[in-house]
Amino acid sequence: MRSLDLLWLVPALPIAGAALNGLICLFWPKAGKATATLIGVGFPGVSMLVALAAIWQYLHGTNPAPFEQTLWSWTTGTFSIPIAFLLDPLSVVMLFIVTFVGFWIHVYSAGYMSHEPGYRRYFAYLNLFMGAMLLLILGNNFLVMFVGWEGVGLCSYLLIGFYFDQSFPPQAGRKAFIVNRIGDFAFLTGMFALAAKYGTLTYSKIFPVVVGAPEALKEHYALGLTFAGFVALCFFIGAMGKSAQIPLYVWLPDAMAGPTPVSALIHAATMVTAGVYMVVRSNAIYQLAPEIGTFVAVIGAFTAILAASIGLVQNDIKKVLAYSTVSQLGYMFLAAGLGAYTAAVFHLGTHAFFKALLFLGSGSVIHAMGGEQDMRKMGNLRKFMPVTFWTFALGTAAIAGVPGFAGFFSKDEILHNTAATGHWGLFAIGLLTAGLTAFYMVRAVAMTFFGKFRGTHEQEHHLHESPWVMTVPLLVLAVGAVGSGWVGIPEILGGGNSFHHFLSPVIADFSNRLPEHAVEHPEMAASTDWLLLIASVAAGLIGIGYAFKLYGRGEFGGASWARRFPAVYRLLDRKYWVDEIYDRLIIKPLGSFSRFLWKGFDDTIVDGSVRALAWATELSAEGGRLTTTGNVRHYALYFFLGVLGLFWWILRS
Amino acid sequence: MSLPNSVPVSWFLVLAALLFAIGVAGALTRRNGIGIFLSIELMLNAANVALVGYSRLLGERTGQIMVLFVMAVAAAEAAVGLGLFIAVYRQRRTIDVNRLNLMRW
Amino acid sequence: MTTFLDLLLGDTLTRLVFLPAAACLPLLLLPKGNAKVAKFYALLVSLVELGLGIAYVASRWVPGGGFPLLRDVAQGAGVGSPPGMPWIGAYGIRYDLAIDGISMPLALLTLLLLPIVFLVSWKGIEKHWRSFTAAFLLLTTGILGALFAYDLFVFYMFWEVMLIPMYLIIGIWGGERRVYAAVKFFLFTMAGSLLMLVAILWLAFTYKGLAGVWSFAYQDLLRLDLPLTTQCWLFAAFALAFAIKVPMFPVHTWLPDAHVEAPTGGSVILAGILLKLGTYGFLRFALPLFPQASVKAQPWLVGLALIGILYGALVAWVQVDMKKLVAYSSIAHLGFVMLGLLAFDLVAWQGALLQMVNHGISTGALFMLVGMLYDRRHTKKFDEFGGLAAVIPIFSFWLVFSTLASVGLPALNGFAGEFLILLGSYRTLPWATVAATFGVVLAAVYLLKMLYLTLWGPLTKEENKSLKDLSWREMFALLPLGVLMLWIGIAPGTFLAPSRPALESLLAEFHTRAAEATPDEPTLRALPAIAIDAPTDAPMSQDGEGR
Repeated sequence: MRSLDLLWLVPALPIAGAALNGLICLFWPKAGKATATLIGVGFPGVSMLVALAAIWQYLHGTNPAPFEQTLWSWTTGTFSIPIAFLLDPLSVVMLFIVTFVGFWIHVYSAGYMSHEPGYRRYFAYLNLFMGAMLLLILGNNFLVMFVGWEGVGLCSYLLIGFYFDQSFPPQAGRKAFIVNRIGDFAFLTGMFALAAKYGTLTYSKIFPVVVGAPEALKEHYALGLTFAGFVALCFFIGAMGKSAQIPLYVWLPDAMAGPTPVSALIHAATMVTAGVYMVVRSNAIYQLAPEIGTFVAVIGAFTAILAASIGLVQNDIKKVLAYSTVSQLGYMFLAAGLGAYTAAVFHLGTHAFFKALLFLGSGSVIHAMGGEQDMRKMGNLRKFMPVTFWTFALGTAAIAGVPGFAGFFSKDEILHNTAATGHWGLFAIGLLTAGLTAFYMVRAVAMTFFGKFRGTHEQEHHLHESPWVMTVPLLVLAVGAVGSGWVGIPEILGGGNSFHHFLSPVIADFSNRLPEHAVEHPEMAASTDWLLLIASVAAGLIGIGYAFKLYGRGEFGGASWARRFPAVYRLLDRKYWVDEIYDRLIIKPLGSFSRFLWKGFDDTIVDGSVRALAWATELSAEGGRLTTTGNVRHYALYFFLGVLGLFWWILRS
Repeated sequence: MSLPNSVPVSWFLVLAALLFAIGVAGALTRRNGIGIFLSIELMLNAANVALVGYSRLLGERTGQIMVLFVMAVAAAEAAVGLGLFIAVYRQRRTIDVNRLNLMRW
Repeated sequence: MTTFLDLLLGDTLTRLVFLPAAACLPLLLLPKGNAKVAKFYALLVSLVELGLGIAYVASRWVPGGGFPLLRDVAQGAGVGSPPGMPWIGAYGIRYDLAIDGISMPLALLTLLLLPIVFLVSWKGIEKHWRSFTAAFLLLTTGILGALFAYDLFVFYMFWEVMLIPMYLIIGIWGGERRVYAAVKFFLFTMAGSLLMLVAILWLAFTYKGLAGVWSFAYQDLLRLDLPLTTQCWLFAAFALAFAIKVPMFPVHTWLPDAHVEAPTGGSVILAGILLKLGTYGFLRFALPLFPQASVKAQPWLVGLALIGILYGALVAWVQVDMKKLVAYSSIAHLGFVMLGLLAFDLVAWQGALLQMVNHGISTGALFMLVGMLYDRRHTKKFDEFGGLAAVIPIFSFWLVFSTLASVGLPALNGFAGEFLILLGSYRTLPWATVAATFGVVLAAVYLLKMLYLTLWGPLTKEENKSLKDLSWREMFALLPLGVLMLWIGIAPGTFLAPSRPALESLLAEFHTRAAEATPDEPTLRALPAIAIDAPTDAPMSQDGEGR
């Protein structure tokens, strides 16, 4: 039996775990924690092993063709959609990241959540998330992707609102779900357009046709866009929601209301990168819509710099990481929009490791601080929690782009591609963002781990390194944060960029049909390339150095800047007032409008006209009633008049 | 004994119409219940006259038989009606129909 | 000569329709005031009825080919049921019942909801259990009769029969303003259906004029080709009757009142089945009888359906009463069904039919849950709730689950229906579909608001701290619905297959006729060549493409 044939178990196991834990949670609330852990960590663990076996077999198989496994038909008849899985280079990469990082975050959770009352419920949700995420990346058609897509959205909703007895987390969860739904609306529209044109949603049936007849997608379709442009735009709006891009990024910072491992798994490593995955998956369409590609890149770049700038002034350690995630996702879209799909996936992979690591590290800190998230009350923690400190520092080095670490290679790949396609403006934004990223991350490290401890005496007394269930995942992920970049060392540094070559079968090749596509990636002179490399390293180092200068000795050096430019500080501190603007411009007016519709229209006009009809009927009846005088002679008169009328009727001709 | 053949049917009809008109006027204007009653009898008998007249004209007995029925019904009606009025009078001490308007509205 | 007794003995459909009505008689013999006996009797009858229904459907199932078409049944082709009997022979009115893939799912849903209704009413209904049982049993007879009726006059009769028990259910066991709501419900529905009666009579008279004999039979009246103006008027009469039942904007205002006042069981049946008879009527009668008029009215009706979707959602969003929120959500959800029907596309029709069932299941469950909460707290106002998840986790699970099904979360039933509707209608009505898809966003907005206001957040009210979680009885009532929600969501194909041949042939005929020019004078089409036509064959061979 081939382990590839067990591919269906990969999503099925976590879902089964979720169902099992969910049922026990509902009907046997007194059950001990041990079974919860066993099921909650065990099922994703086995799932990871199956996934690794399948990947191993796929990579070493005699047949390198994509592997597809059909389970059953979702609908039959004229429009048949199968529930089927696909293993190709792209899903192999995603599968590895999701199961591997996911499993270690599960292990970490067993420690981090051990004192929470909703322990079993937590694992039910988290397993369900794993199952949905695996559906998303393994599906061989857009429907299965969408099932996973919404499924992860649901789990995100449930997990953000995990502390449901407080008022903020459920609201944040709701916001996440609804903002995501706005994106889903566009995603669905794009799917309908594709289905209407191709009669199927299966990748292997659409993309070859697209590659075979690209002209058909270049015809005008709607909104002044070509068909490819329309679908690409719809899909990208979907991605905006899931991957927190301008203007739909607002839910992600709020999502930090959930437990920290959730932030690591869902809001950093896996779910939020689904949009990038989707864009890369549909690269055949995006390649035919360069105008949308540029739009994607611009949105990505602006998201990157906007979020990074907000990250500069955050004091909540998770908020810093949240804005950092938004910013890094912007990077990925910058790459994907410019056609550097492998670079986007590369950064997705490295980011999954180092950002998960950073989040788990922050979780370890928060755990030690007894729930405190404000960095102003931390300090000098490196003395108390060396493992957390060193792993966190490695993660920071990776995200800051210190040469040799994972983030360095992937970020450089993106900047390289930006420059190579001649988008120097976007390149400048990317470079600036790199500097800002290095700055705010080092600021966070300095505020948390250096200087004097600024918390209460009691907190200081409780400071401790986290138990091994939490530190082991940190160490594992730290290895990834350092080394995951080595799979894609660019040629200029003596590597073979093997990651790029591994993924290239997934990238549609139009060079035969559309010659102009071939020249889109002009070769660069090696000297220019070196110059770019040095610039990006320099940007990172400047950010690191300046942050150390300002914060390294345990002072808040940034305060002087805030004093000097109070308006700018306020703008950043209030996150450009985006939430407030949405509230004023959309939510409040819509609420008032709805209330008007209900009270002012539905009740008054629609139902009012019904009641008016009833009233008119009643009134006429009241009038008619007056003829009933009770006097026989009046009745006789009516009778007589009636007879006269009859006579007139009969004799009228 | 029979009327001379020369009496045309129109005489019957004119008589009937006159009787009927008197009946209608009486029924609409009288306030006394018995009076209304008598007027109604008048109208019934107007119809009877017309029936008899036509019966003679057409040489048909049916009309005359009909008249017998009408008379029987009228008698029954008179009996019931008078009984009702007596009952009403016992209750209300009046048979002025203007004041018998309990069934109003 | 077939008599009614023969039918009762020999025809399972007749038995299915009249067993509930007949089962009302023994109720008279039950001791007065002993509610327990009545309850168990009601449950027993409804379960027997459900068993009969399932057995019948299973016996009629053609593996791979779904369900025989209506016209085959009418011809008695290959079906063991005896033909119907003349009812009012002088006017060609026949008592004829038939079932096909379109009515079958709705009939089964009715039968499934009936025992569930009795289960959820177990504690909530405190008075007149015998009459309560009788009302629901009669209602079932009316619903099944309307679904199975083959003769339009008989359809109309059953259509009206449904009205009275529902009127009583709202008016007797309802909330504070129950009489107002009941009368409003009655008058609205009556006003529409009387016009439909006029239209039915018009059709029959026209048929008599052309064919020389009286007939109210569906298949006969389908042969009428009418001038466009006549068609439009008659279509309007039918459409009004059905639109009120659906309900479509702007004739929907009876619904929130009726739902808010109706007892839980009444709401379940009202939302689960009665509303579906409106959409069923469009699918079965209004569209096929007047194809050209339907095409002409399509933009208007699509507009109303879209208004229903968006307007219902927005108004639902700002409600302060939980039940009213669910009621307005029904308007939005049925807007989707109408959109699917008006797309005149097979996938959309399949989706619409599936969505009718889906809405019955998930909204039925929501109404049950609201009722369970009402049984405990005697209020439905959001102000009184909040943070309930901490006290009643099992209830919370069900509420979240049903809400998500209603939101249209993939892998649950609501998504399957909505997805197919939108997918199908995108081909013919792209922009309307995009607007409707936005309704999916709004669905999340108002339904998640409901969850937030009831389940999440701090537990503030003292009264809520001692609430009891669901009993076994309540869970047992919800369980079949939950299973169906999941099953339809994961493998909707199972549920689409039986109705496909029927929908396919209906749609094919619709398109053929809609493409023809309307005559200046009413004419009669030639009898369709049924024996040769054998419409189940062609689609079925395609169906066998299973992997």
